[in-house]
Amino acid sequence: MTEANASDGSAPERAAVSPLTPVLTRRWLSPESWSLRTYEQLEGYTALRTALSADPDQLIELVKTAGLRGRGGAGFPSGVKWGFMPKDRSRPHYLVINADEGEPGTCKDVPLMMADPHSLIEGCVIAAYAMRASTCMIYVRGEALHCIRRLHHAVREAYDAGYLGKNILDSGFDLDMVVHAGAGAYICGEETALLDSLEGKRGQPRLKPPFPAQAGLYSSPTTVNNVETIASVPYIVNGGSDWFRAMGREKSPGPKIFSLSGHVERPGQYEAPLGTTLRELLELAGGMKDGIPLKFWTPGGSSTPLFTADHLDVPLDFEGATEAGSMLGTTALMIFNETVSVPWAVMKWTQFYEHESCGKCTPCREGCFWLAQVLERMVDGRGTEQDIDTLLDVCDNVLGRSFCALGDGAVSPITSGIKYFREEFLALCESNRGQDTTEEPALAGVAR
Amino acid sequence: MTVASASGNDAAQSRPVPEGHVRLTIDGIEVDAPKGELVIRTAERLGIVIPRFCDHPLLDPAGACRQCLVEVEVNGKPMPKPAASCTTAVADGMVVNTQQTSQVADKAQQGVMELLLINHPLDCPICDKGGECPLQNQALKHGRSESRFVDKKRTFAKPVSISSQILLDRERCVLCQRCTRFSKQIAGDPFIELLERGATQQIGIGEQQPFQSYFSGNTIQICPVGALTSAAYRFRSRPFDLVSTPGVCEHCASGCSQRTDWRRGKVMRRLAGEDPEVNEEWNCDKGRFAFRYATASDRLTRPMVRDAESGELRETSWTEALRRAADGLLTARDSRGVGVLPGGRLTREDAYAYGKFARMALGTNDIDHRARPHSTEELDFLGASVVGTGPEDGVSYSSLETAPTVLCVAFEPEEESPIVFLRLRKAARDSGTRVFHLGQWDSPGVEKTTDIADSGSPIHSGGLLPCLPGGEAAALYELPSEVEQALSEPGAVLLLGERCAQVSGVYTAAMRLAERTGAGIAWIPRRAGERGAVEAGTLPTLLPNGRPVSDSVVRSGIERAWGVPEGSLPSIPGRELDGILAAAESGELSGLLVGGVDPDDLPDPEQARRALRAAGFVVSLELRPSGVTEHADVVLPIAPTVEKSGTFLNWEGRSREFEITIEGTGALPDCRVLDTLAVEMDVDLFTQTPTAVAAEIQRLGANPGARPKPPDIPAEPVVEPVGDKALLASWRHLLDNGSMQHDEPNLAGTARPPVARISRDTARRLGIEPHQPVRVSTERGTVALESEIVEMPDGVVWLPGNSGPAKVRSVLGAGHGTVVGLAAGPLPPPGGGPKSPEPDETAPGETVSAAVTNGHGANGHNDGANGHSAGGLGAAGHGPNGNGHTGTDGGVA
Repeated sequence: MTEANASDGSAPERAAVSPLTPVLTRRWLSPESWSLRTYEQLEGYTALRTALSADPDQLIELVKTAGLRGRGGAGFPSGVKWGFMPKDRSRPHYLVINADEGEPGTCKDVPLMMADPHSLIEGCVIAAYAMRASTCMIYVRGEALHCIRRLHHAVREAYDAGYLGKNILDSGFDLDMVVHAGAGAYICGEETALLDSLEGKRGQPRLKPPFPAQAGLYSSPTTVNNVETIASVPYIVNGGSDWFRAMGREKSPGPKIFSLSGHVERPGQYEAPLGTTLRELLELAGGMKDGIPLKFWTPGGSSTPLFTADHLDVPLDFEGATEAGSMLGTTALMIFNETVSVPWAVMKWTQFYEHESCGKCTPCREGCFWLAQVLERMVDGRGTEQDIDTLLDVCDNVLGRSFCALGDGAVSPITSGIKYFREEFLALCESNRGQDTTEEPALAGVAR
Repeated sequence: MTVASASGNDAAQSRPVPEGHVRLTIDGIEVDAPKGELVIRTAERLGIVIPRFCDHPLLDPAGACRQCLVEVEVNGKPMPKPAASCTTAVADGMVVNTQQTSQVADKAQQGVMELLLINHPLDCPICDKGGECPLQNQALKHGRSESRFVDKKRTFAKPVSISSQILLDRERCVLCQRCTRFSKQIAGDPFIELLERGATQQIGIGEQQPFQSYFSGNTIQICPVGALTSAAYRFRSRPFDLVSTPGVCEHCASGCSQRTDWRRGKVMRRLAGEDPEVNEEWNCDKGRFAFRYATASDRLTRPMVRDAESGELRETSWTEALRRAADGLLTARDSRGVGVLPGGRLTREDAYAYGKFARMALGTNDIDHRARPHSTEELDFLGASVVGTGPEDGVSYSSLETAPTVLCVAFEPEEESPIVFLRLRKAARDSGTRVFHLGQWDSPGVEKTTDIADSGSPIHSGGLLPCLPGGEAAALYELPSEVEQALSEPGAVLLLGERCAQVSGVYTAAMRLAERTGAGIAWIPRRAGERGAVEAGTLPTLLPNGRPVSDSVVRSGIERAWGVPEGSLPSIPGRELDGILAAAESGELSGLLVGGVDPDDLPDPEQARRALRAAGFVVSLELRPSGVTEHADVVLPIAPTVEKSGTFLNWEGRSREFEITIEGTGALPDCRVLDTLAVEMDVDLFTQTPTAVAAEIQRLGANPGARPKPPDIPAEPVVEPVGDKALLASWRHLLDNGSMQHDEPNLAGTARPPVARISRDTARRLGIEPHQPVRVSTERGTVALESEIVEMPDGVVWLPGNSGPAKVRSVLGAGHGTVVGLAAGPLPPPGGGPKSPEPDETAPGETVSAAVTNGHGANGHNDGANGHSAGGLGAAGHGPNGNGHTGTDGGVA
């Protein structure tokens, strides 16, 4: 991940035959791509001039027409979201960028901010102008220290060049930008938890309604957008909605950065139109590593249900992934070959969720704690067939019962893992077949 | 408000939905609910109880425990997943299916319950909450009988103390956040917070920052499991062994409804009662935890008379004691007369008996229950503006809640009337009420009613209007125009505290302000009995129910009602408390009849002691030995609140009746003792029982005549002192040396540390460093406390009224607005003072560091429990301060 711009190294050469559409990643290989100079040489901040001469509502309309959907996982239409912001300015409006990229396997935003921070900043200024916000906060995952430094540097450059601050490019529009480092909690990627964390409170999701557009940061109208979403905006302003819609599919237009990791020959970021399949992406990435066949993969991080080799031709857009029983998520494709045990991988993911559950609601807090223990026991060879039923039933008691989507994500690998690879879980219980349970119920004071 | 009807009822179909309501269906029952109501409440009104933990009607919804999941259909479309009924507002056409009609909801609830129990220790047999535990009850009702959890539970060390009176068992906690939300939203004391995350998430406190809240006990009561327990009650009893009796708190004028749990004649604990009009579901820690004074080992149970030979009190029979008391009082009456000091902690009925006794048996209007600094202006104000008002026609809790503006004048709500404070905070938080405080510094109570940031957008409204102590009256004439304007909005309220009696002209100024602005005006005394005593007629100018003594027409009405000859009741207004004491000292009065009064509470404790010594004959009605019983010729034991019935009138004038909780102790209420005493003097009071008295008060009815004239006292200008002098500002902490907090070390541990507060400039001028000892002195004595620099007017020093060594009245003989000496440095070492004629006498419990340097025994109030005194600090005085424990009706509290 630190070698952000080395990933899609050979892509431009093969552009003629590949489905790659380098838009966001276009500048990543240029020398000092992160500098303002390079950015300006490569059309940087030209969209901003266009945007500032337009009416804010025109910009919102443009984004709506382009069909840009949120790149953070949920795929909510961005233009519609912006449209929720009140038009009056009786309270300050805020634009908050979710750069807390914490979903396991996801590694698109940090490379983007490393290689091309100004595209994000330009997008922020345009979006803030459209939403009548005069403050923009970028909430960056605390562990990405190098990235935070680079962002700070870029923001300084932008202030010095007059792209931020008072009266930007003589338009009369003011925008201040704050780069805020999180403290490494997965839950702070949830937008309302992120807002609480930004306010200096304990990062836990808020009750909705009120939604951020009504009462977000400091109870003021707020829009929270993903890095990739906002970075796409300057290109839409320059290229127009038709150009954007020429890529991808009807309901999921535009390019998308697919992050391939795991057992592939050339892991990295591949920017291709939405709707590209894993089969196509694998071709670009040089196929499975050492030719060992594919066993399972995640389409969009560990919170999206697993896919198997049967899903190689599922179009990876919001609808395609959902129809096939999963979700597009963050397009973090973690690819596992036949050497990997599914129960083991599921256990590791579950341990992650147990560690990251914020604790606010019962199902997620207690459910993850329980599920992790059962899986650990199974992987250790002390599971029983009954445990599989228990796992599925506990998952059922967590899915859709928790306060936010964290709990839903936590059970995805378990339910999909058992759905496609039940026999592997069963095999782990082989030695205990016939036994009901391994231990007595854990009542206080009962001697074991 | 809402009409429920069976589904399918044709009449219901055509019935219009009331204004501001929506119509929905819950478990097949059609119901109209006010817009915005939460589904869980609407269901409850239909008798459908949805299990819950985090939900509490007085707290903001959290949706954390997920126990109350139900299936919801909106606009004919089922919601994709079950919804928490505690966070879902009703909507028109909504269809809700609870666990009673939906398998999905039932399974979701069973699932959550199972999850809640996997990490719960199930140590119910040794848990205080066992038997009254929502988790236990709901687990049995909505949970599985067996758990599928066979792995390891997470464990914590148990229990940890988060303050001296609250213990936290983190294993039992279900993380519903009721306690943290209460502390943040209701009390404004966010000293407890969630820490860590996931299954290790827990409630905790900051380092060196315990849960020091006056309202912390409420968290125990609303905890739905046994995670929060009280140090005083832990392991003391099982709920099913206790008898619960409803009652009324005797500590302050808030008038909290409460529940007393007792067994075998002994009170085990007290809880907040529910009264939406008064205390909602809350009470303060003093009301909850301070009750052992009534069973103190030195409690008086037998009458005592002073032995002629030894000069000591000796126990005797009621017959002898009453005979002696009657003889002595008759002699004194026929000599130069007897003054009556009932004290401010009586029930209305007991106070009435004192008033009737004074007029009928002693033939005097020399009666004043105000055992504290008082003024004639206050007396006139009470007659003109307070007596006879009630929550219906005067200021009430609910009018505070809806007031656009409230101005607290010389009134510290959090310290003096905690439930008023909670209501002001609620008003500021929920209704946007601007609360202004005319005071000296930004106390926690000021801050928490003007600066609220617990959720949503922070609220900054109202604020402190600083003035010099004693300058309150002048300040009321020169309020900032925006404050005066805010007070002119309909519904605005002025709240006057007890401290007003120490400021000349303030009642006049307040009444003028109320006239100018149309604001309502309310008087909030500190003691529970004061308001009732005003009505009962224990003032030198007022007969029962606000009848002026000097009005011959109403007086003759009373004479008829009491069955005494026309013209036999004294017609000249009597002396006030200070006048009574002065007269007793000079021999103009021959005797004193004293109720629960502590000399140290009085305007001049030394004068009070001289008066008690000089008076020819003193009868004391007391619960425990006190500075009065020390000098009494006859001591008659009376019943504490818990052992009698009666009525307190709270500050609103609202009747708070209560029955006997602990019966059969043989203790008698004051009214009964006075009735019998009067019989010995050939007078029939007909005050044998509180019920009889209440009926008589009822029969008398309201004052048929005119109200007395309001006071007209000009405001006195206050000059900022120079040199090493300062103006003393002082009020009492809720938790202090008060004798009704006797023997409650856990409670005392949460008292605020006594410090001397001064402004930065004053500190600089006198070379005082922060957190260093400072001496505050008068010619009578010196108090030394640690300094704290705060934003306040220059030339002012603030001391707590009666905390630790800071016994402002007894040691300094000073009060709010007095000029005192102020200097840096600690007291001289014990015994080293030049004016040390007698050896020191330190109370057993008193910490050495808070020792008294000279004078004898300025102690006895300090039970050594709060231990806040810092090294080298203390108090020095000359006057004998006695051991000062008064009883239920006793003064210090």
